[in-house]
Amino acid sequence: MARYLLTRAWQSAVTLLLSTIVVFVGVRALPGDPALALAGEDRSPEALEAIRRHYGLDQPLPVQFAQYVERMAQGDFGVSIRTGTPVSSMLTTALPVTVELSVLAILIASALGVGAGVLAAVRRGRPAEWLANGLALIGLSVPHFWLGLLAILYLSVATGLFPASGFVPILEDPVDNLHHIVLPAVILGTGLAAIIMRQTRSAMLDSLSSDYVRTAKAKGLRPRAVITRHALRNSLIVVVTVVGLQLGGLISGAVVTEQIFGLPGFGKMTIDAVFQRDYPVIQAVVLLTAAAYIVINLFVDLLYSVIDPRIRVTGDPA
Amino acid sequence: MTVLTVPMAETGTASVTRRTRVLRRLRRNPLAVVSFVVLALAGVIAVLSPWLAPYSVDQTDFARTFAPPGTAGHLLGTDDLGRDVLSRIMLGARASLQVGLLAVATSLVIGVPLGLAAGYFRAWDAVISRFTDLLLAFPFLIMAVGLAAIRGASLGNAAVAIGIAQIPGVIRVVRSDTLRLKSLDFVAAAVVDGASDLWVLARHILPNATSVILVQATVAIPAAILGEAVLSFLGLGIQPPAPSLGTMLATAQQFAARAPWAAVLPGVVIMGLALAFNVFGDALRDALDPKGDRR
Repeated sequence: MARYLLTRAWQSAVTLLLSTIVVFVGVRALPGDPALALAGEDRSPEALEAIRRHYGLDQPLPVQFAQYVERMAQGDFGVSIRTGTPVSSMLTTALPVTVELSVLAILIASALGVGAGVLAAVRRGRPAEWLANGLALIGLSVPHFWLGLLAILYLSVATGLFPASGFVPILEDPVDNLHHIVLPAVILGTGLAAIIMRQTRSAMLDSLSSDYVRTAKAKGLRPRAVITRHALRNSLIVVVTVVGLQLGGLISGAVVTEQIFGLPGFGKMTIDAVFQRDYPVIQAVVLLTAAAYIVINLFVDLLYSVIDPRIRVTGDPA
Repeated sequence: MTVLTVPMAETGTASVTRRTRVLRRLRRNPLAVVSFVVLALAGVIAVLSPWLAPYSVDQTDFARTFAPPGTAGHLLGTDDLGRDVLSRIMLGARASLQVGLLAVATSLVIGVPLGLAAGYFRAWDAVISRFTDLLLAFPFLIMAVGLAAIRGASLGNAAVAIGIAQIPGVIRVVRSDTLRLKSLDFVAAAVVDGASDLWVLARHILPNATSVILVQATVAIPAAILGEAVLSFLGLGIQPPAPSLGTMLATAQQFAARAPWAAVLPGVVIMGLALAFNVFGDALRDALDPKGDRR
């Protein structure tokens, strides 16, 4: 177990270092002088010189990289070209929105996906299974931003059931907060729900034909008890696995969903930054996403080894 | 000498009967047939769309903007500039398929050799795994954001960003199939026979891994189509005035109050294309499953 943890932590550290190098090189591949990009409005020679000195752009590349890593580690991502505010303070307001949206989407997707997956496996060959399978295929194929668009047009605007856009911080008014974020979370969760459903169904079909389920049935356990005791534990593994594998898709999906519902999160900040060529913001967003991805996946792997004891022994998440 | 007949069993006659078995299973699955017909039709329309489209995609008519579907002369109506929606949907679907194929081709060209190497050469496995981890750390949208910042937004860059993001999936399936094939007797026989590593990979492992690659490609295309729609919708993909289903939806959002119907059709077409690929991919996987009619 300890050995596995160490290996995984080491691998994550290597990946983190590599992605930092990629972003560092990428920033230098941006068109134009980085000092000019960082300067924003004030482009006097003195200002450019000051920026070059502050960001060490006059130093050799390895020194620049070391300074770069040091600044990022301290949370100094520079200043937004457009607004002039530090990127770190923009992140502090934007990140909670995205985290709340994503966590809520994962919860909704897990509930829907596991429920439908278990139902499809238990009601095999009946209409319930066809319905669940069909919905899952549609969930995989539907463009979620389009669903969001239709939801705004036909649910929010037409009926006024949900606000079409905007956001209220959870600390300000939890009920109004939920009212604003539940529809985007459902939309973001549909794709994930479809994948969880398919995985749950296939894991359930495997376990329903396994020896231990036959033993459980043979000893007279009621069907419901067989399903809840044996299936639910397995579906937890499925959910954790899918969330780990789909994290990248979830992050991408959150960006789009925020854009459509006008949620002032990480995604909206990203898209705005691209169009305004706000390079310090883009850089921070790309680097932070990579770091978050790596750290969350490490966490998922650790969680995985807690849920599934076999992994602790073999050290191989098969 | 009997050893030499073993490789024939996997690469020669057996694969012919296997192919006919797979085709027979596909033909007997109504979903597979329907999705294949839809895809074939979409392919034909996409190839011929420059000639089939009733209007030029750039032909504006400011006297008739936001004509609803069913208007004489414009079956699916017109958009904010009075351009024919049917024509734009046809060429938009063509662009979607282009990006889908281009992205998947990119991921296969890079992913298949790396997957083979990772599965076959132990020493390469760790290096390629770190490369995979690195790619995974940049979700496709973030990759597209970075590429758009460096190289500008375009159809090609969108396809490359999506393709790069799909490389890890290709490496994973090819690597695991290579590991499986490597342990089989016919590969050992070829090695004993003095075949070089490159020969074994090209002649014995790659041909037998084609079925998993095919299934992977079939499910990657719809994902790429959805990815293109997202990127174009956000303005990071195909640039107006070039037609794209994603940008059509962005315009529809802008003018939702005046023409709410404009948001429906482009989305239905995107979903239809992706659904057909996903259904066919499922059927193909079932047909290729050696365990047969398990599902």
